[in-house]
Amino acid sequence: MATSKNVATSPEVYGDSEIDRKGRRKRQLQTTLAFWGFVGPMMLGLIIFAYIPIIWGFILSFFEARNTITPTDFVGLDNYTSIIGDNQFQNSIVTILIFAVFIVPITLLFSLWLAIMVNTIKFAKGFFRSVFFLPTACSYVVASLVWRITLFNGLPYGFANNILYIFGLDPIIWIGTANPPYYWVVLVTVRLWLQVGFYMILYLAGLQEIPKELYEAAYVDGAKPGGWATFSRITFPLLRNTTIAVLLLNLIAAFQAFDEFYNILGAKSGLALLARPPLVYLYNIAFTNQNYGAGAAGGFILVGIIIIITLIQGRLLGFGRSEN
Amino acid sequence: MSAVSSNTGQETASRDYSVAKRVPWGRYLGQSGIYLVLIFLSILFLIPFYVIVRNGLMSSAEITAPDWVWLPSSLHFENLDKLFNDPLASMAVGLRNSFIIAIVQVFGQMLFASMAGYGLARIPYRWRNVVFYIFLVTLMIPGAVTFVPKYVIVSYLGLVNTLQGIIIPDLFNVFAAFLFRQFYLNFPRELEEAGRVDGLNYWGIYWRLLLPNSRAILISLGVLTFINSWNSFLWPLVIGHDSSTWTVQIVLSTFLTAQTINLPALFMGAAVGILPLLIVFLVMQRYIVQGVSRSGITG
Repeated sequence: MATSKNVATSPEVYGDSEIDRKGRRKRQLQTTLAFWGFVGPMMLGLIIFAYIPIIWGFILSFFEARNTITPTDFVGLDNYTSIIGDNQFQNSIVTILIFAVFIVPITLLFSLWLAIMVNTIKFAKGFFRSVFFLPTACSYVVASLVWRITLFNGLPYGFANNILYIFGLDPIIWIGTANPPYYWVVLVTVRLWLQVGFYMILYLAGLQEIPKELYEAAYVDGAKPGGWATFSRITFPLLRNTTIAVLLLNLIAAFQAFDEFYNILGAKSGLALLARPPLVYLYNIAFTNQNYGAGAAGGFILVGIIIIITLIQGRLLGFGRSEN
Repeated sequence: MSAVSSNTGQETASRDYSVAKRVPWGRYLGQSGIYLVLIFLSILFLIPFYVIVRNGLMSSAEITAPDWVWLPSSLHFENLDKLFNDPLASMAVGLRNSFIIAIVQVFGQMLFASMAGYGLARIPYRWRNVVFYIFLVTLMIPGAVTFVPKYVIVSYLGLVNTLQGIIIPDLFNVFAAFLFRQFYLNFPRELEEAGRVDGLNYWGIYWRLLLPNSRAILISLGVLTFINSWNSFLWPLVIGHDSSTWTVQIVLSTFLTAQTINLPALFMGAAVGILPLLIVFLVMQRYIVQGVSRSGITG
């Protein structure tokens, strides 16, 4: 289709003589060269840092590769079965599922709520949008250190414990104990603070695209501005595509959680035993134990789990129907 | 619209005495309620930033004092000295590395992605859609999950423990290429034809016509790349073993997980570490919001 267009605008339309055919072939060669001149660097980069690693990793996952990055002995599915059978891996999957069950719905509702409030007000809209979006500039490392050392340290001087004190409550050991598992409050709030503004921006963009006339018609029919009826009948249904995007982005990001777990709880021992997500587990397998074969196998298992959950979620929400 | 809506709002809210008046108190009251909630949440959202600055300017004893203080009694700017002269991890090296990595990644990603986007959108090569789909497959595989195989390749290339090893694998952003392709597909053909009449070849059209006209998308995606690059943690952690290759995030994390924590220096480091991004954020916010909205809608 595009090739014919190129030929049509070029001079050799009138005849099909030997010279013209040669010219056309030369032009096609030029097109091919130009295309690869532009797309080639990207393609080369992806081959080296995306396709080959995936293929090599896949091969490696069937081999013994300890303390070396080249496959040594073929072990079949041993890496897979040993990882799936590993208690620590199973725990890491449970950990990340618990994490996702908390962080995904809370982020969704909170970012939607913020977006609707910021969208409703008349003055200082930009100010509030900036304030809630600002944490996106902060790294997980910095946020983790603020959460761990000042906001949620288990000592009486910690910020959260100070607030509890004002209400006459006893200080809580936020991070140190498995029972009750208060460390989830720390892990969920740190990610919530960091990412809720990002999703609020997505919702604000979605809200801009809802036609104002729909609300006016609803008000004429007696609906209250800002009421539940307009939200449940107009706002929320028309934000469906944004909601799907928020859910998917958020879920995929949650499954790859690493930074806050590593920096708040550590990776190897002690507090880390409370909650170790799959990436921290893989990090230990591959880089502390130097078992690259098992590490690669674990990565593929995790990819499989993410794809399955994404597909289930897509099916539940009717991902393919997003056109109407 | 506002007249209709405010009237109905008022009638339902306070029917008894204010029907005759035109002033929509109900709506104002409703909005002031929203403002109260927003102000409360804003304070809550800003507290972590405040804590960073407060702790960075306090002494160690004050940070761990039993009573919460909002304002330190004296400002300890010598924490800055302590931070930059710490024998364990050098913040100056971290800042330098982070800047090099972020800037090279911004320019590299934008160049490769816009070139690929242009080729895929506008050069009538027979297999270009096939190439496009081959690119899109990589978006299916979550990046952080493939870090073990990626490490294996980088190690094979001898790039472990180098800045190149941190920078190069992340220069190829398929999602950005996808966004550039969508943008160039809608670029007016007449302009391209006019350029061709003036004797521009593909490179000339890309360099002289398309790039200057994609300033908004270049800036918005570039700023997002800068933020992600500056804040990334796992990949620099895996590749940079030696302290000469540590980024700001790794330096801070090393402080945090060290046996004896120097708290004031740590928070001063955090303040120094987020300062460049806060500046970028405040100056470029319009573009960042554009970039996020754009990537969210298509993503």
